[in-house]
Parts: sequence; C-alpha cells; structure tokens
Amino acid sequence: MMDNVTHTHEGPDPHAPRPDHDDTLTHHKMLEIAVRELLIEKGILTADEIREAVERMDARGPHLGAKLVAKAWVDPAFRARLVENGSVAAEEAGVQMDQPTRLIVVENTPKVHNLVVCTLCSCYPRMVLGIPPDWYKSRAYRSRAVHEPRAVLAEFGTHLPDDVTVRVHDSTADMRYLVLPMRPSGTEGFDEAKLAALVTRDSMIGVTTL
Amino acid sequence: MTPRFTVGAPVNVRRGNPPGHIRTPYYIRGKSGTVERICGEFRNPEELAYGRSGEPKQVLYRVRFNLKDVWADYRGPMSDTIDVELYEHWLEPSS
Repeated sequence: MMDNVTHTHEGPDPHAPRPDHDDTLTHHKMLEIAVRELLIEKGILTADEIREAVERMDARGPHLGAKLVAKAWVDPAFRARLVENGSVAAEEAGVQMDQPTRLIVVENTPKVHNLVVCTLCSCYPRMVLGIPPDWYKSRAYRSRAVHEPRAVLAEFGTHLPDDVTVRVHDSTADMRYLVLPMRPSGTEGFDEAKLAALVTRDSMIGVTTL
Repeated sequence: MTPRFTVGAPVNVRRGNPPGHIRTPYYIRGKSGTVERICGEFRNPEELAYGRSGEPKQVLYRVRFNLKDVWADYRGPMSDTIDVELYEHWLEPSS
C-alpha cells in the first residue's frame, strides 16, 4: 500500500506533483453561486428543489429518444402519431416534455436522410436526448452542417449516395428535432427493449445511420 | 391570428439587418423558399430577449430552401434542402 511517506514519485514514471484539474471559478460560475444562494436565502427556492431540478435534468438522456424510436419501429400507428405531433406522442409514451419547446420527429427513409443543427446557439432536444455533445455546440459543426452537410456526414463515417436527399434542420426557434433512423436489417425478431439498445445518440441527431 | 402564408406558399426572407437579438440566421436572409409547415404562435423572442412581453405573438413557420439556392457553391445534389424556423415578420410573399 502506498502512503505519503513512501510515495516519492520516483517510480517508472517520475514526475513532479501534478496540479489539480479543478475548474477555475469563472465570472459565470460565481454569478450562478451568488444567485442560487440568494434564492435560497430569500426563501424563493429550497436547496432540495434545486437539487431535484438538477437531478431531473441529469436523468434525461438518449435512452428516452431510443425508447420512442424503438416504439415507432414496432408500432406503425404510434410512428404516424410521432411524426404528426412529436410532443403529444412522446408524452403518450411516457416521455415528459418538460420544456415550452415542441418536438418535431423527422423520418429517415431509403431516399431521405435528416440532419439536425442549431446554427444560432446549441438548441438541442434535451427532453429526449439530454445534454448535447460538445461537438454539437462547436462553431465548426454549426457552420458546416448547413453549408456542406455531406462532408460533415462523411467525417462521421456516413457516406450517402446522391440519390438520397439530405434534409438539414436548423433549430432556430421553438422547435426541437429528433431524427427517426431507419431500422437496421436483421432485427426482425427483436422486442422493443432490444431494439432501443441499438439506437445511438448520434443516429438521432442524424450524423450517423444504424 | 390567421397565418399570412399557407403550407407550400413561396416566400422570401427579408434582407433586414436590424441590431439586437435576431433569430433569423444571416445566411438565410434574402433567400427564397416554400412554407413546409406552420408551427403555431409564439411570443416574439426578439422582444423577449429584452425582458419585454413578446406580445403580440408571432406565427412561426418552417420554411424549406434548396441548398443550391442558399449557397452558390453548394456541391451536393439539387434536391438537398435546409429547413429553417422563421417568424412571420421576417417573411414576404414571393412572386
């Protein structure tokens, strides 16, 4: 067992003590702490309410979108409702739409491939996919997805023939987008849970296929 | 509020370049497309951004553009499209 006395950093990889990688206290972090503490101090919110809200946000993730996709694959009537009105169908399937924005579900077909971006900021269907990946928020993705979507897709390993139409969706306002990928072949006997496990986050943003 | 444009209507995006918080991306201003769907009425984010009410609500559309019409140097097939959410006050009828 290693302790502070015998731990001299002179093993096979000698190095000076490394600095902690704690985040620095930036202006916005300080602002968040100050506002949060004031809200609690003034009795507007309790610490528990804030913790619960953070936990609710953390609990959202791609498993929710995957559940909708798998259900749509096995249930054509649900699929039709999901494409007709994403928010209502998602609620029906038990996925809470706890945001004022509305969900639009766009279907991939053998002739159409959909790709989602937000050029203005980083609007993302958090209610069904959780927190966006860093690349989704990068300027490179945001500017290139609308200008050269096929090159961006190729970099994600998605090579589409010219007879497949690419439809890019720029989430500029109050709509959020979920791509309904095509069901992979060879999954005919799969139940919903097994199908949902195949559905990746990236396929629901539209940068990859399954 | 009755939407001014119907699904399938050809529209132009205004070329305006007003100061402040704008939700119409620069790259789509002055371009021509067709209404893909009417999304409903929402409080105007260009007003909300400054703490105002955002009323009267604005009709929000999804407008579909051919990427070839948006980018002169677009290298993909003619049929590739981009759909952008645009508020009614940014749209004009296209002749």
